[in-house]
Amino acid sequence: MASLHSYLLVSGLLFAIGLAGVVLRRNIIVVFMCLELMLSAANLTLVAFSRFNGSNGLPDYNGQMLVFFVITVAAAEVAVGLAIIVALYRARQTIHTDDLTSMRG
Amino acid sequence: MPLALFWFFAVLMLVGGLAVISLRNPVAAALSMVASFVGLAGLFIGLNAYFVGIIQILVYAGAIMVLFLFIIMLLDLKTEEKRTPKVVPIVGGLGIVLAFTIQLLGVLGNTPDTKSQPLDLAAGAAEYTERSPGIAAKLEAGSLPDVNLVGDVIFTGYNLPLQIVGVLLLVATVGVVVLSSRQTT
Repeated sequence: MASLHSYLLVSGLLFAIGLAGVVLRRNIIVVFMCLELMLSAANLTLVAFSRFNGSNGLPDYNGQMLVFFVITVAAAEVAVGLAIIVALYRARQTIHTDDLTSMRG
Repeated sequence: MPLALFWFFAVLMLVGGLAVISLRNPVAAALSMVASFVGLAGLFIGLNAYFVGIIQILVYAGAIMVLFLFIIMLLDLKTEEKRTPKVVPIVGGLGIVLAFTIQLLGVLGNTPDTKSQPLDLAAGAAEYTERSPGIAAKLEAGSLPDVNLVGDVIFTGYNLPLQIVGVLLLVATVGVVVLSSRQTT
């Protein structure tokens, strides 16, 4: 059986990968995917704590509730974000973040 | 979950994540994200969170991924691929990630580890004998009725947040329709 540290390490590494993608990639859709990876890494941490800090021999389901709400908010966020990307592409014909500098000071 | 299975799914998840950030073709990135989420769902199921694992497959690997692929197809992104990456942002980004990883390892080294205990279903059944006999019967029979327990918690303890999330989804739907309708002015 894997211990809590293994799960936390794996989830932290996934978060680091997502963070690297958000910082390094210039394609805004891939940046969005990496945001999803980071949210999922947080979900894995929540589920791991829910399983390892169980009460009465069962997992702590209060931890898993937050996972459901995170998944729902992530789904809504993806829908709105992709609509914004489509609107952006219509206006500028690009989704490369280096080309979108009109708000730079 | 056996240790070998844990590492199999963990490596699948991490390799999928690495492929997302390293592949230049957005379609390939989206498909490797599916692999990453399948590994993550395996980890969830190994943590006895069966419902979360299934939802992860359905919502992320199913719905959200189709949305991503659809947008990639709609925008026709092939021309975006040939760009020369700049060195300074890459070095800075990798520095941030390295600092985060070192911090993570330091925190994990200083916190107590917990070995996983097997679930004690009979002890959990005592809590549900009065409130929900059906759940208690399943627990005493030795199976974990994950969906029943999740439903019990979400509809008794989290009723108001659940309805607020419903309103959030409605707002998101209306917002998407407004955003993606072509402006006529």
